Amino acid sequence: MTDFSPSSTPPTSVQTSLLTLSDRTKKRNANERRFKAYGIAAIAVGLLMLLVLVVTIFGRGTGAFQQTFVTLDVELLESKLDKTGERNIEDIERISTFGYAPLVNGAMSAAIEQHGVDTSLKSKQLAGLLSKGAVAQLRAYVLANPQQIGETVEFRFLAQSRVDGYLKGRVSRDSIENDKNISAAQLDVVDALVAAGVIEKSFNLDFILGSDASDQRPEAAGMGVSMLGSFFMMLVVLALALPIGVAASIYLEEFAPKNWITDIIEVNIANLAAVPSIVYGILGLAVFINYMHLPMSAPLVGGLVLTLMTLPTIIISTRAALKAVPPSIRDAALGVGASKMQSVFHHVLPLAAPGILTGTIIGLAQALGETAPLLLIGMVGFIASNAPETLGEGLLSPNSAMPAQIYEWAKRADPAFYERAWGGIIILLLFLVTMNTVAVVLRRRFERRW
Amino acid sequence: MPIFWLIVILLALTACGYWFGRSRALASANGNPRELHSLPVYYGANVAMSIAIPALMTLAIWLLVQPMVIESRVSASLPSEVIPENTSIGLIMGDVRRLSDGLDEVVAQGFLDAKQALDLNSETTDIRATLGEVGVALGSDVRPEVLAAAQQYRQLSATGGRAMTLVCLFLALGGLVLSLRKTNKTFRARNVVERGILALLVLAASLAILTTVGIVFSMLFETINFFGLHAWRDFFFGTTWAPNFRGDSELSMLPLLWGTLYISAIALLVAVPVGLFAAIYLSEYAGSTVRSFAKPLLEILAGIPTIVYGLFALLTVGPLLLKLFGQGEEGLLGLTWMSGATSVLTAGVVMGIMLIPFVSSLSDDIINAVPQALRDGSLGLGATKSETIRQVVLPAALPGIVGAILLAASRAIGETMIVVMGAGAIAKFSANPFESMTTITTRVVSQLTGDTDFASPETLVAFALGLSLFVLTLGLNVLALYIVRKYREQYD
Repeated sequence: MTDFSPSSTPPTSVQTSLLTLSDRTKKRNANERRFKAYGIAAIAVGLLMLLVLVVTIFGRGTGAFQQTFVTLDVELLESKLDKTGERNIEDIERISTFGYAPLVNGAMSAAIEQHGVDTSLKSKQLAGLLSKGAVAQLRAYVLANPQQIGETVEFRFLAQSRVDGYLKGRVSRDSIENDKNISAAQLDVVDALVAAGVIEKSFNLDFILGSDASDQRPEAAGMGVSMLGSFFMMLVVLALALPIGVAASIYLEEFAPKNWITDIIEVNIANLAAVPSIVYGILGLAVFINYMHLPMSAPLVGGLVLTLMTLPTIIISTRAALKAVPPSIRDAALGVGASKMQSVFHHVLPLAAPGILTGTIIGLAQALGETAPLLLIGMVGFIASNAPETLGEGLLSPNSAMPAQIYEWAKRADPAFYERAWGGIIILLLFLVTMNTVAVVLRRRFERRW
Repeated sequence: MPIFWLIVILLALTACGYWFGRSRALASANGNPRELHSLPVYYGANVAMSIAIPALMTLAIWLLVQPMVIESRVSASLPSEVIPENTSIGLIMGDVRRLSDGLDEVVAQGFLDAKQALDLNSETTDIRATLGEVGVALGSDVRPEVLAAAQQYRQLSATGGRAMTLVCLFLALGGLVLSLRKTNKTFRARNVVERGILALLVLAASLAILTTVGIVFSMLFETINFFGLHAWRDFFFGTTWAPNFRGDSELSMLPLLWGTLYISAIALLVAVPVGLFAAIYLSEYAGSTVRSFAKPLLEILAGIPTIVYGLFALLTVGPLLLKLFGQGEEGLLGLTWMSGATSVLTAGVVMGIMLIPFVSSLSDDIINAVPQALRDGSLGLGATKSETIRQVVLPAALPGIVGAILLAASRAIGETMIVVMGAGAIAKFSANPFESMTTITTRVVSQLTGDTDFASPETLVAFALGLSLFVLTLGLNVLALYIVRKYREQYD
């Protein structure tokens, strides 16, 4: 106390009033504001990214749900389709799609004439505005309705993808200079036919329900069959991952003694949840395809791989749900004479069911969007064209899956497929959003607080 | 008999067994359930489990083991001179398997009956053409030794299949008879059934271990094969990645590892600051309204499938970056740094966006776990909120945050779709983020898709890469969990 002496040099800045802020305080407050602004900026960046992503997806993808159609009256000439006039189905079948091309060409020229469009193009070039699948569509109709031969029938053909792109603004007159699929003269005809109402854009259900098409016909490609592939995979995942996951969680949570084996299993599950998904693909390729000789590209194999991948997720959420059931429930059940097994299966499990279900749905949603392991077991690279008819066929015949189909489209050279890839993402996200919403609703509705 | 029908029969037997067991127990107690030791359902379940569990398990194990046994017997009987220079036994066995599957298909479609198929002679019939008719394509003409091996393969499979059916049915019927004989009113059915259920639960839990073992062994075997064909020194320490399907490839991991780490580093450079500041703001500043909408919205980013990010990189971010940094005079900045849409930067930025919620929600939890007393103490001493966070909260949460970043890094290293679509396919050492580079996961995908030949080092290298990836991510995860756990003990 004695050596206290006022310092000889006074402080450089003297605080004279409490009401004015010193420089140091100002600096500290500015720092504070800056720090807070960084936080706000970070959140804004995150949300902005989400917004950009959503806007991109919907901006680029909604076009896929609309398609350009050409409505034509086609005269089903008897002289071309059934020369004998006997309506013998075998004779009619003998005529290949080539034989139908003149009918389409004729119908196109007739439409041009009827609407008074002035053009120097030949009828073949005019018919080039239609999808390459138009003749097949016509042939299928005639084979199904041979009695219609000789009549004039109205058809709605898909327009080829450049015409579709032109109507949607993807293809412009500048961009087609070196394009051998379409010419500026053809686009003039398109303009005239749009004005006449022959060519129009409308909702395309085939994009949702149809099958993939070859890379020559982007206008005909659809998600339907790959959706079925995903559906069968999810069936496998649900049938295997839910019972196995719940059984494993019940054991670990309710019965397992505390010893090193249990520890190993628990550490193992935590680590499996973080193994990259592609490693599961390698496992599937090595074990299910190379070793067990299950068919390549089959949804069964995809489902098995995704089951292994989803199991840790389901186990972790099921254990959390079981843990949330208070011990008093178990004690009460044991107190009235139930066995340990009965207390778990009759009392704890039903109370944990909403939580288990929520976790399962979230696990399924995760599996539905997974692509990487599917690449390795061959669920890409071919055209999934036929919808499976039976459960066995659905599980074993080669198919694609929604994300794999999107990847396949993104790889193709024709930009018309990009629009379909974005459209496919919209469908995939709709499924995911629905599943997650159901999970949230289930949790809100049935969650109990003890 | 197809396995499907075998399973149906077993299940039908099980259902019958349940009903028999239940009614027999009731009959032994003269229809009065009170005289039974256990509830009637337990007697039924006991019989059902005695039928189904041994039979189905034998079926599963048989299906796993049979191919292995047959394969080893057939390959042992192949004379060694059949194997030409520089191919392996695995290649020949592939032919044998394809041929025998093809012959089965021929019989199934009715081109030949079973006896004709067994008497086939490669000199008198053109087997390749016959198989072609049913849609089975063979790479080369069939040699007599291979045909003999294929016939042996078919015979062994057929015998094995018959034996399996008989054994399974025998086990099921045996289980039915034995358990029915034990069923009477004093039998302690519940205890037996519960012990059985417990065993099933243990089995389900050990499937997790089985998966890990499966992952490690499936990759380990092929990796060992790979190191038999290719020097391990070159794989780990070489500097060139140049697979060449005529052989003589240079396959080393280092350029791929460099690409992987570079892209992951850029991703973390994007994700860590944004995620960390978002977490700090959400946990320390934001009111409950902001928190309740911003947090779930950010977490949506984590729920979006990676294929969507991949497409976003390929079709949106890549072209945008190209417009900014490439295309010279036509571009926005007049730069010519970038020559294509795929680059390290493209993949890194998009992956960073994906990882934002991962970093933010993990760090959010960790920051929230810091005891309030520390904050109160610091604020009480006159520190501003940001000073408290920077000098008290963050140092306290640091181990946890490091753990979170390590987990995010392991995610980035193992991510596949974004790099497959956004990073490119050229393996090289370069520090230029505008160049396209390739990663471990991309190469795994490209070496294992399409036609794969499991005897060539170009295919097998994918397993070595996969194993390295597994070890790398596992190491990061274990390290992260260790750090997080250690940190947690300080406050609990």
